[in-house]
Amino acid sequence: MTLTEVAVEDAEVLLISADDDVVRARQATRAIAAKASLSLVEQTKVVTAASELARNTLIYGGGGQVRVELVRSARRTGVRLQFSDDGPGIKDIDLALTDGYTTGTGLGLGLSGSRRLVDEFDIRSGSESGTVITIVKWGR
Amino acid sequence: MDPRTLQRAGAVLASNEDAILPSWVETVTAKLDGRMTRQELESDLRSLYGFIARGASSAEDAELDEARAMLSELSRSRALQGFTPTETAVTIIGLKAGVHELVAAGDVELEDLVAVSELVDELALYTFERFAHAREGLIADQQEQLLELSTPVIKLWDGIVAIPLVGTLDSARTQVVMENLLQTLVDTGSEHAIIDITGVPAVDTQVAQHLLKTVVAARLMGAECIVSGIRPQIAQTVVALGIEFGDIVTKATLADALLLCLRGKGLEVTRRTERAG
Amino acid sequence: MVDRVPVLRIGDALLVSIQVDLQDRVAIQLQDDLSERIVETGAKGVVIDISGLEIVDSFVGRMLSSIASISRVLDAETVVVGMRPAVAITLVELGLYLDGVRTALNVERAFALIAARSSGASLVAQGAIDTDLPTAGTDP
Repeated sequence: MTLTEVAVEDAEVLLISADDDVVRARQATRAIAAKASLSLVEQTKVVTAASELARNTLIYGGGGQVRVELVRSARRTGVRLQFSDDGPGIKDIDLALTDGYTTGTGLGLGLSGSRRLVDEFDIRSGSESGTVITIVKWGR
Repeated sequence: MDPRTLQRAGAVLASNEDAILPSWVETVTAKLDGRMTRQELESDLRSLYGFIARGASSAEDAELDEARAMLSELSRSRALQGFTPTETAVTIIGLKAGVHELVAAGDVELEDLVAVSELVDELALYTFERFAHAREGLIADQQEQLLELSTPVIKLWDGIVAIPLVGTLDSARTQVVMENLLQTLVDTGSEHAIIDITGVPAVDTQVAQHLLKTVVAARLMGAECIVSGIRPQIAQTVVALGIEFGDIVTKATLADALLLCLRGKGLEVTRRTERAG
Repeated sequence: MVDRVPVLRIGDALLVSIQVDLQDRVAIQLQDDLSERIVETGAKGVVIDISGLEIVDSFVGRMLSSIASISRVLDAETVVVGMRPAVAITLVELGLYLDGVRTALNVERAFALIAARSSGASLVAQGAIDTDLPTAGTDP
């Protein structure tokens, strides 16, 4: 999937290696989303998606990081998040993105649900290369 | 723009400021016909002149960014103040007037005029783009305000609110309306909401989905929604499109819906006995 | 960030008020604490006030469902109150419907529901509030 060409303003990288980091990822996302003037519902959606993906990075990726950015395109301002880990990767991405798919503790629900919460969603995963998930939520 | 032409334009402007600037101010003042004072204009245009001359003289397009930034701000404020597109464009196009006069007087060559014209035209187009952008922003803001005004949430009874929707529903509008409804449920502590769509001519799949999502969201919050006023045409469309209204409680009229909500609160409507005589 | 969410006893019921963003481990701790307190106090109801939560993701959602299930087994009814509109909208988009979790607009309603249950009337789970209301279909 191609993501929109953007100009990046603020960028922050957070390590995700423990419980507390999932909360920090939420807070960082909230801060940037507010700065990008996203509406309350838009902010709630992107922060929720961030929470899901941060937790996935921690639990399934064995830890990793998230890059939180304020992005601008020709007409809009938004938030871009990139989660990356060096974990075992997702074997069957299409399957994982199906609604209702779950590996017991809800990996599937987090992914497919998160995709619905954001405007752009890109996932690359391999057993050698780990997983990189990029999401973008635009404001008006 | 070609770097040599750009530089030529810059050189002309730089060396003839004393002649061109006053002429520019004069032209614009006249065109604006009193909307701005000479002093205000003079100060703005003097700064702008400086940015444009310096920027162009460097022969690098990027050096004109300062000029563009000022033009952008100028257009934005013009748009917000209600200036017409012409009044805004004239502000930059007026720069040519002074150069015309110099050509007529034989002080600069035709080539110089062509160079400055090209530069001014480019900046004028940019100005117009920014003006249009600012106006669109203004319209969007006004639309949002209109949206909020035109869909009031009405309290029908203690704990029962109604939201009559009127007119064509598009995805954006429906979302805003639904968010307002949910917030009102919290603010008023109402457990029952009636969404009346008598005044809605057509419902498409997207709108039906928004309605469904709103009903489910309200339920998650601890309130129930009923959709009333579904006209035969809409019912037919809904079925034809295969939209699953499944979980949504629907009633033909607002009155029926109100009765249902009252019963939900343990109330019943009865007729009082007529008194004889 | 808090270490533990306080559980208050109010008559026959337990009240939990979640005011801040919770780390996952605190949420798990809450689940344990509640189960213990229900047995300890013989509580008939559990009211969880989430009006302070700006985000409810799948983890918190599952926690709420778990608490509801566990309480039911221990003969107590759980009611979640104060869900914010933006949160509700996001949960619907996520596809998380909190099945089996009773909800109410505020704490007062929740206690009324629990009292009604104690006095013999049966509570209806996520679905219609009053069993007299039809839950599907269009009346002509």
